[in-house]
Amino acid sequence: MEKTNVQAVHDTLLEEFRRDERVMILGEDVGKRGGVFRVTEGFSEEFGTDRVLDTPLAESSIVGVAIGLALAGMRPIAEMQFADFSTPAFDQIVQEAARIRYRSNGQWGVPMVVRMPWGGGVRGGFYHSQSLEAFYAHVPGLKVVAPSTPRDITGMLRSAIRDEDPVIFLEHKATYRGVKGEVPEGDWTIPLGTAEVKREGTDITVFAYGLMLHHCLRAAEALAADGISAAVVDVRSLRPLDAATIVREARKTGKCLVVYEDNRLFGAGAEIAALIAEEAFDDLDAPVMRIGGPEAPAMPFNKPQEDAFMPSPELIGDKMRALAAY
Amino acid sequence: MWLIRAFEESVSELVGTGEVVGLVHVSIGQEASAVGVCDVLEARDRVYSGHRAHGHVLARGADPAAVMAELMGKAAGLCGGKGGSMHLVDVAHGVLEATGVVGGTIPLALGTALALRETEPGAVAVVFFGDGAVQTGYFHESLNIAALWKLPVLLVCENNGYAEFTPRSAHTPVERVTRHAETYGVDARTVDGNDVVAIREAASALVAPLRSGGGPALLECLTYRMRGHYEGDPAKYREASEVAEWKAKDPVRRFASGAVATGELSAEDAAACEAAARRAVAAAVSAARSAPFPAASALTEDVGG
Ligand SMILES: Cc1ncc(C[n+]2csc(CCOP(=O)(O)OP(=O)(O)O)c2C)c(N)n1
Repeated sequence: MEKTNVQAVHDTLLEEFRRDERVMILGEDVGKRGGVFRVTEGFSEEFGTDRVLDTPLAESSIVGVAIGLALAGMRPIAEMQFADFSTPAFDQIVQEAARIRYRSNGQWGVPMVVRMPWGGGVRGGFYHSQSLEAFYAHVPGLKVVAPSTPRDITGMLRSAIRDEDPVIFLEHKATYRGVKGEVPEGDWTIPLGTAEVKREGTDITVFAYGLMLHHCLRAAEALAADGISAAVVDVRSLRPLDAATIVREARKTGKCLVVYEDNRLFGAGAEIAALIAEEAFDDLDAPVMRIGGPEAPAMPFNKPQEDAFMPSPELIGDKMRALAAY
Repeated sequence: MWLIRAFEESVSELVGTGEVVGLVHVSIGQEASAVGVCDVLEARDRVYSGHRAHGHVLARGADPAAVMAELMGKAAGLCGGKGGSMHLVDVAHGVLEATGVVGGTIPLALGTALALRETEPGAVAVVFFGDGAVQTGYFHESLNIAALWKLPVLLVCENNGYAEFTPRSAHTPVERVTRHAETYGVDARTVDGNDVVAIREAASALVAPLRSGGGPALLECLTYRMRGHYEGDPAKYREASEVAEWKAKDPVRRFASGAVATGELSAEDAAACEAAARRAVAAAVSAARSAPFPAASALTEDVGG
C-alpha cells in the first residue's frame, strides 16, 4: 500500500499497539489531540488513557517515567514533540537508559523507544529544526536510527518497539508528508543496524540519511542525464552503524561522499568518513568528501539563511560532479 | 494594549497571506499582563520571555517595525531575521532573551537578578511564561533557588488555562500557580489577567519590595488566548461557549470602556489611541515588507564559540 512517512509512523504504531498490550505511548498532547503530527490520532479512544498518556510539559520526566515502565515489563514509547526538546531528557536518556544494560551486567535492559521528529527545512527556526543524532549516536548503549521511507519506517519502528534496549527513533519532519512509498503487507521487520543501497551506481557512492537521502537521490537522478552513475546508500542506522555495507559499497567505486544536515564537524559524517578511510583505503580513488551543516549553532528562521544552512540537491549535485571528476 | 492588539491582528492576517511564515503564537486576549507589568518597570530592569513574546517586547518599547521585520525574517528585524516570532531579543529595551524552549528562560532571570543585586541595586529581573512552563523542572528548581537566595526577580505566569491543546486540569492537580509560591514562602498574587489596572497594581506592589532588597515574587495572571495555540490551529478542543465567555472580558475593550466610563479617557481619545496604533502597525508592516532579507553569508556570523 502506498503511504506517506507520517502515515507509516501512525499505522505501525497502531499495529504494534494492537499486537502487544504492553506497548504504551506517553508525551505532550499525544492523547486527545493525537500528537502535534497526528500520529496517535484515535489511540486514546481505542486503547484508553492507561496506554496513551497525555503528560505535562516535562521531557526529562516523560523519558524517566518511560524508563521505569520499561524496567517493569512494559514497552513504552516516549514522544518528544520535537527532537529539539529532547535536551531536557538528555540526562535520563544518556545517564540512565543507555547504561542500565551495562550496569546490570546484562540482567536487564530498557526496552523503550524515544521518538523524535527532527531536521530542518520547514522554517521552524532555532528550536524546531535541529539535528541531534550525533549527541545520541555518541553513546554506547543506545540505538539510533533515522529511516526515511515509509517501508523503512515501518520495518524499523517494529524492530525498535520489539527491541530489548533503548532506541532513539528519528523521524525527519520535512519528509513526513513529502515522501511517499509502497509498504508491503505483512508483519515483517527490518533489523536495526542495517544500511541499504537505495540506488546502484558505478562512478561514485553517496552516503546519506533523512531528508538528505532524498536530496541525494534527486541529485543522482539529475547526474544520470550527464552520464555520471552515482550509487546512493541510505545509512539509516547510526548506532549500530552498518560498517560492512558502508565499506563494501565504498570499495565498489572508490569515490565517496557523505551528506548530512547536522553540523558537519563532529557529526555522523565524520564517523562514516573515518570508517571508510580506515577500512577501504586501498580502494579509494579520491579523498572522502563531506557535505554537512555550517558552523552555526541553530537553524536561522529567515529563508536565505535557512536555505544556505540546508544542503540542496543542486549543491549536492555539484559536489557529486566534482567527486566524479576527481 | 492597542498597539499589541493591532500588531497581532495584523500578524494573524499576514500569516494568512503567507507573508509571515513559521510557528507564530499571538497573545490576543492576553495583552493586559504584558502592559500591566511592563508599565511598572524601569529602563534598568531586564525582561525574559518565551514563545508568545510579541506583547512583551512591544510593551517594553520595541520598535514595531523591527518586530514585524523579525517576523518576516528580514535583516532589519530585532535579531536580524535569525530568530523569527519565537525568539525575540531587544537588548536596547532590556529584553534579554525569549525562547522556544518552554521554561528555558526562568533560571536565566534568576541569574540576571543575582547580578543586578550587586551591580545595579534596585533593578529587577522579570520573566514571563505560561502555565505549561510551570510543569517543567526549571520552574520548580528556580522557585526554590530564587526563594533561597531572595533574588529580586518577578516571575509572571500568564495562566491561559491551556498548554497547547490540553487544559490545565490535564497537566496538574494544583489549581493555582501561587500555591507553589506558598511552599517556598514567596510573595505571590493571583489576579484577573484581563484587567490591566489590577495587574498594574499587583505588579507594582510585588516589585516595590524587590527594589529594596526583598524578593522574589510571583504574579499569576488568569487569562485566555482568544486564538489557537499557534496561527493555523483551529482550536477545536475548546467549547464555543468558553471562548464567548472570555471574549466578553476582552482586556483591551474592557480597559477602554472602563476608562471612558470613569471619565479618565474621552471616547474620542480612546478612538484616537486605537487609530494611532493601527497607523503605527500599518507603517511597521510596510517598512518590514520593503526591507531586504539578510545575506545568506551572515549565516555563520556572530557564532561565538
Ligand atoms: C521544552 C519544550 N517542550 C515542548 C514544547 C512544545 N510546546 C510549545 S508551546 C507548548 C505549551 C506551552 O504552554 P504554556 O507554557 O502554558 O504557554 P502558552 O502557549 O499557553 O502561552 C508546548 C508544549 C516546547 N516549545 N518546549
